[in-house]
Amino acid sequence: MVGAPRGGGELIVTTALSVTNVTKRFGGLTVADNVSFDVPQGARMALIGPNGAGKTTLFNLISGVHKIDAGSITLDGKEIKDLAPRTRVHAGLSRSFQNIRLMPHLSVIENIMLGQHTQASGLGALLQPIAWQRKSIWRERAIESMHSAGIKVDPDASVGGLPYGVRKKIEVVRALMSRPRLLMLDEPAAGLNPRETAELSAFLKAVAWEGLTLLVVEHDMSFVNDLCEHTVVLNFGRLIYNGPTAGVHVDPQVREAYLGTRKSDKKEPSHVA
Amino acid sequence: MSGYLAGTLAILCINLIFAYGIFVSAAAGQINLGGAGFQAIGAYATGFIAGTLGLPVWFSIPAAATISAFIGFLIAFPVLRTRGVYLVLATFAFGEVVSGFLLHTDTFGGAMGMVVPVHIELWVLMLCAIVVTLLTFYLMATRLGLAMRSINDDEEATVVIGVNVRAVQVAAFTIGGAFTGLSGALYAHNYGFVEAQYFNALLSIYVLLFVLIGGAQTAWGPLAGSLFFTVLPELFRVGGAWRYVIFGVLIVLMMVIRPEGMVTRDLVRKLSPRQWWARRAAVGS
Repeated sequence: MVGAPRGGGELIVTTALSVTNVTKRFGGLTVADNVSFDVPQGARMALIGPNGAGKTTLFNLISGVHKIDAGSITLDGKEIKDLAPRTRVHAGLSRSFQNIRLMPHLSVIENIMLGQHTQASGLGALLQPIAWQRKSIWRERAIESMHSAGIKVDPDASVGGLPYGVRKKIEVVRALMSRPRLLMLDEPAAGLNPRETAELSAFLKAVAWEGLTLLVVEHDMSFVNDLCEHTVVLNFGRLIYNGPTAGVHVDPQVREAYLGTRKSDKKEPSHVA
Repeated sequence: MSGYLAGTLAILCINLIFAYGIFVSAAAGQINLGGAGFQAIGAYATGFIAGTLGLPVWFSIPAAATISAFIGFLIAFPVLRTRGVYLVLATFAFGEVVSGFLLHTDTFGGAMGMVVPVHIELWVLMLCAIVVTLLTFYLMATRLGLAMRSINDDEEATVVIGVNVRAVQVAAFTIGGAFTGLSGALYAHNYGFVEAQYFNALLSIYVLLFVLIGGAQTAWGPLAGSLFFTVLPELFRVGGAWRYVIFGVLIVLMMVIRPEGMVTRDLVRKLSPRQWWARRAAVGS
């Protein structure tokens, strides 16, 4: 992958993902309300917000699980809002899930090799007996990624019995196998112990240095502080903050959304959809 | 070889190919309860081509499999729009429509059935069974097979990984149609006579049981299931009428003890030579 200059301010920064005036309603509930933000090429951006703020929904809108009602989503300048989810993967978008969605009946290596699907185009690649070839380029690439992510398990073991932290890492590696331009991770650090969280952060920084753009939903603020230089904050489907991660803690609107004030207690119901 | 043994072996070959036809789509998460319909298409197609048209059997059998595959391809589009139990019902309805159609069409003999000329030798059946078995093992080792198994595990996540789920499912249904059609064609030439009443719902249920009791996770499953269902009833023949009772109890027991089938992926992994040597080395050290 070609190394792109990272957002250094002086350099010309191109936009990887651009979300413009995106709106989505489920029945009477507006889950994304005129949301706009840009993710610069090579940036590591966090998407945070209280429970029910619409973070996962926004991920689903960007990855195409749901269609948007209004607005536009571009990836590297190309409009992707009308593309099917799998076509968006071909366009360079990859994601993980909040709850681990590994295929329980596949082995570690099979799960990771599944992520290579968009790379293996054509009938010849589809009919290559990869499970029989111990030395195929596909298997070797997958093993290599496993090692660089620090996954030290038997590649042919079933994923079902593995510890949570390992499965979480396998899902990130699987998402990377499509060689995405933009990697979206939904709570990658949830359920990891501090050592695993630090390892994951270091690993993600390394892949971002190679030019990959990251958009991460996360609750663990120390993980966000460590990994992401930019943060956008959602509350009730609206964007309330877009700026450096360091400024999140002092922003009055963000503080209100997370901690609440007497005024907002009266305005908004305590129950969050 | 005694006639009885040869007859049992012929049934085993036909059942095995039939089971692989159902397995291929089951491995991609589609339960096909219309197996008898596809088998009927294969049987009547070869009967018509070899009998009525008088073409050679080496042409009629592959042609029958191709016709069955093509019909599988065509009905895959409407049928695969349905999910879960509705998919099962849609394929079941397909099977009923086929046998109803054949029963009322005079060109194919109607209720009288159809005489199929040219008896094929046992070695042809065995060769076909071996080829289909190897093809299925090969298919499951490919990236296409990996995508099929992935769909069976989590269809929604497979979409987001970038797999064209619909295309993979249609391909699986079409390949399944070819195998089931082939088994029907071989059946027709083995018995020399076909009638629509034979291709009924019970036959579709039986072949689905071969696959589900045998195990739908690996290509070993249908092999185990077909052996179990073909050989065991023969062994129980000494028990007279009670054999069906014993057999039924055994099926229920299998479902309780091994709900994922007789042969699961973990079992294959444990028994694989590589793992076996690894364990021996671990114990030895």
